Amino acid sequence: MEEVPHDCPGADSAQAGRGASCHGCPNQRLCASGAGATPDPAIEEIKEKMKTVKHKILVLSGKGGVGKSTFSAHLAHGLAEDENTQIALLDIDICGPSIPKIMGLEGEQVHQSGSGWSPVYLEDNLGVMSVGFLLSSPDDAVIWRGPKKNGMIKQFLRDVDWGDVDYLIVDTPPGTSDEHLSVVQYLAAAHIDGAVIITTPQEVSLQDVRKEINFCHKVKLPIIGVVENMSGFICPKCKKESQIFPPTTGGAELMCQDLEVPLLGRVPLDPLIGIQEFCNLHQSKEENLISS
Amino acid sequence: MKERTHPCTQREESWAVSGLSSATSDPGNLAGVRHIILVLSGKGGVGKSTVSTELALALRHAGKKVGILDVDLCGPSIPRMLGAQGRAVHQCDRGWAPVFLDREQSLSLMSVGFLLEKPDEAVVWRGPKKNALIKQFVSDVAWGELDYLVVDTPPGTSDEHMTTIEALRPHQPLGALVVTTPQAVSVGDVRRELTFCRKTGLRVMGVVENMSGFTCPHCAECTSVFSRGGGEELAQLAGVPFLGSVPLDPELMRSLEEGHDFIQEFPGSPAFAALTSIAQKILDATPACLP
Repeated sequence: MEEVPHDCPGADSAQAGRGASCHGCPNQRLCASGAGATPDPAIEEIKEKMKTVKHKILVLSGKGGVGKSTFSAHLAHGLAEDENTQIALLDIDICGPSIPKIMGLEGEQVHQSGSGWSPVYLEDNLGVMSVGFLLSSPDDAVIWRGPKKNGMIKQFLRDVDWGDVDYLIVDTPPGTSDEHLSVVQYLAAAHIDGAVIITTPQEVSLQDVRKEINFCHKVKLPIIGVVENMSGFICPKCKKESQIFPPTTGGAELMCQDLEVPLLGRVPLDPLIGIQEFCNLHQSKEENLISS
Repeated sequence: MKERTHPCTQREESWAVSGLSSATSDPGNLAGVRHIILVLSGKGGVGKSTVSTELALALRHAGKKVGILDVDLCGPSIPRMLGAQGRAVHQCDRGWAPVFLDREQSLSLMSVGFLLEKPDEAVVWRGPKKNALIKQFVSDVAWGELDYLVVDTPPGTSDEHMTTIEALRPHQPLGALVVTTPQAVSVGDVRRELTFCRKTGLRVMGVVENMSGFTCPHCAECTSVFSRGGGEELAQLAGVPFLGSVPLDPELMRSLEEGHDFIQEFPGSPAFAALTSIAQKILDATPACLP
């Protein structure tokens, strides 16, 4: 049973485990013992591990299917064009790990060594980690509740031997839940440079993305900016543009103006997509922001 | 950000609803529901909410009483799709009254979207708190007599899905509609969702392929924007019925954005035929209730 009392005083409160509403909560003893007030030792361990990682960027969206994994993969590729830049791509979408497929690494295995788990290397300077590499079949479903997913994310951050990395890009699942709270929590001591938030132009996406921006503010995660994906479709035959996902409420541009976050750019919906130019544009904007 | 090992939710997220207390659990609130259909996908953004909404509208236009339960707590899309943003949820003697979307009360909806004080408020909850609300949604909403309850889910195979199925399991019959888009990256996730259905004993009524091609309004060329064929192949692989392909349709997009009844207003639109055909297959597959 995982019911949380309606009036839970909070695990960190003086009343934790002792309040009237704590009675019957399965975590009452834990809270009353003061265990809730103890910091997770993994956070310090991760902080140590992340000392060799210069920049950490989360790729977020409140909305599913907007292109977080696609963007993460292309950003990783774009940054890795410079052979002297070491890139790490971490996929923390535990239920729907898309990165192995997008990167053409399906079927690859993760190896363990004395210094931890080795990422799967696409190039010498581009390493990838995903739960997808830990599944033995493409039909295997990861049917885990929050705590187990959190444990996996902790392991990814603490136990993967990334080595010296210039950019760690973290691809996330949609939403504002366990995975997002965990990655922010575990990286809290290690400093996250910021989040890139992906959206598509229509309101049904923007309404979720506003929540994600809200989440970033709540957890004090800096926002590097917003990318509007699937922004217009170019017909391969007549080359004319159509709006498949119409920006009925002003698209990302208006949302970014309203919420005072930068709009990093727009990526069109093109079956033959090549966003190399965009990657370079983004890289320079990002470097400006990070170095400032 | 405080460092905690406690599995409960973060403290700063208080219940964002003012004045709505936990209603008395009434096991009978689903007794009048004849068929429950879960709309699932391993993948985000494939059109679960779209398919849930349009299926509900089509079933209603076929004369059925339909309820929609939106258990996507982080990204509740359905209120906007039906033009119901900002509606209030009231309590009645049997629990929470669902929001009725028409005078005849033939289409009703419950979503966490109605419970947020501000529409942009993020629901930043860990699993246990999400589970608690879903259990309440299942047991405390006074649906009354319904032919169909369509349950829209978030992407994935996690807390929301497990809790919803556990809570709904005593209420038969229960079936799943699985939504995908044609491309491999979607099919890859949806295969896992089908495994989830098998492992949880959930009957799969069929696979729907959404975003199947776009016809350019300028030159009428049809482009497979998100690749092609994945949905049908997936259904074959899994040994479940393929219910149909829904093309990308800007009129459908607009209807959803503006909260209109697409089924009523755009009978000539490309997606209309596909959606109504899928609804008809659902009607054919679910036996009529005996009087």
